[in-house]
Amino acid sequence: MSKVLTLFILLTCMHTRINAQLYYTKNAAISFFSRTSLQDIKADNNQAISVLNIQSGTIQLSLLNTAFHFPKAKMEEDFNEDYIESARYPKSTFKGTIADIGKIDVGKNGSYSVKVNGDLMIHGVTKSITVPATIIIKNGTLSASASFNVLAKDYNIRIPTIVENKIAENIQITINCDYEKK
Amino acid sequence: MRLAKILITGFLLFGLFETSAAQDTTNLLSQLEKESAENKINYAVATFKTTRIVDGQSVENLPKNVLDLRISHRFGPISSGAYNFFGLDNATMRLGFDYGITNNIMAGIGHSTYQKTYDAFLKFRILKQSTGALYMPVTVSFVPTIAVNTLKQFDSVKTNFSDRVSSVFQLLIARKFSEKFALQIMPTFIHADKISFNHIKQNIFAIGIGGRHRLSKRINLNAEYYYQLPDTKAPGARNVLSFGVDIGTGGHVFQLHFTNSTGLTEKSFISETSGRWDHSDVLFGFNISRVFQLKKKH
Repeated sequence: MSKVLTLFILLTCMHTRINAQLYYTKNAAISFFSRTSLQDIKADNNQAISVLNIQSGTIQLSLLNTAFHFPKAKMEEDFNEDYIESARYPKSTFKGTIADIGKIDVGKNGSYSVKVNGDLMIHGVTKSITVPATIIIKNGTLSASASFNVLAKDYNIRIPTIVENKIAENIQITINCDYEKK
Repeated sequence: MRLAKILITGFLLFGLFETSAAQDTTNLLSQLEKESAENKINYAVATFKTTRIVDGQSVENLPKNVLDLRISHRFGPISSGAYNFFGLDNATMRLGFDYGITNNIMAGIGHSTYQKTYDAFLKFRILKQSTGALYMPVTVSFVPTIAVNTLKQFDSVKTNFSDRVSSVFQLLIARKFSEKFALQIMPTFIHADKISFNHIKQNIFAIGIGGRHRLSKRINLNAEYYYQLPDTKAPGARNVLSFGVDIGTGGHVFQLHFTNSTGLTEKSFISETSGRWDHSDVLFGFNISRVFQLKKKH
């Protein structure tokens, strides 16, 4: 009897512990920006999913490439068909850890600069990256943001010579997540 | 003994929990991904590369506020020989403007040098192929086209305007089977005009079949064939068979093709083609399409 009871208590404790430290959002905003002398292209995706474990610092992001919206319909089609190849590689993901998670106190308002290391997967290619990010705690809500650059060629995305001066090789990625507590 | 058991079980479970701590974010993430995927409709995009397969319409529509300037060229038949530089000495062309009124309704106007024809069409997308929250196996569009032959007639022949007007109604049923392959079937009704060709029956029924095969990211092989029902077909008219390659680069699409038809409007290439592939009455042609976004999406 006491065995069952102990098990029950143990499991309950674990369950609450797991849930208490998880944050998530289904509307993370990811945008990318390509700047050249001839044209600037900005695309937005506001349907990315992110999960953050505030205890362990594990952070994950996942998005559908088809959910990026461009100012021109033709750009959106070309992005999906010729560059990111959404049919073959429907998702882009990130899985990593916030290195200095220990300094964050969810109970206190504040802005924390942190370092995130992890694996970024775009176009079927996974690369390890380390990027600076900011975590803001405001009245118990948690939000995170980051901005960094990636090279298209690192992810096997080839920009044809004919559009070289219209599409940048160096793409700026901006991430904004407003988390909810699980 | 009992205590030891409890402790061991506890440690074992704790060990399990420790490994699962790294897994908990993954589990929640895949659960959230699943939830959003279930509520999402995935529409088939780019069943064909452009709004035309070769000469005929495809189920593709121009997006809203997009203007497409199309210039179509046909040279003469290869069978005309070296004197005509295998057809390249003769050329007919069509200049056209297409516009996306909504994402599912587009309109187009054009002028062809062949029989000095003016034409206009509308294209309505009725169904859109999709998976996910809504399953639809095919994309279906309806295309009414009207054309006017404005060629001057001999004074002795009096023609009314109504004798010069032809109309074509097409249903386009297409399915994108894979990223590489799409197929389209086009039941077609044609009401021919009275002056362009030697039609015995004014109403012609035809059924077309067209396909796209993607050779590489930016290069497609397209083919199109229209079969006219034998009892409505004009004497001397052949069924049109065309092959094309399209090459896309940014806002431009170049289409190169071989066909047995000279006409560039639906009525002429479906029901008034006299060239024969087996007599090498094959014409080389190319289309250039350039799209312009007239209003920004956001």
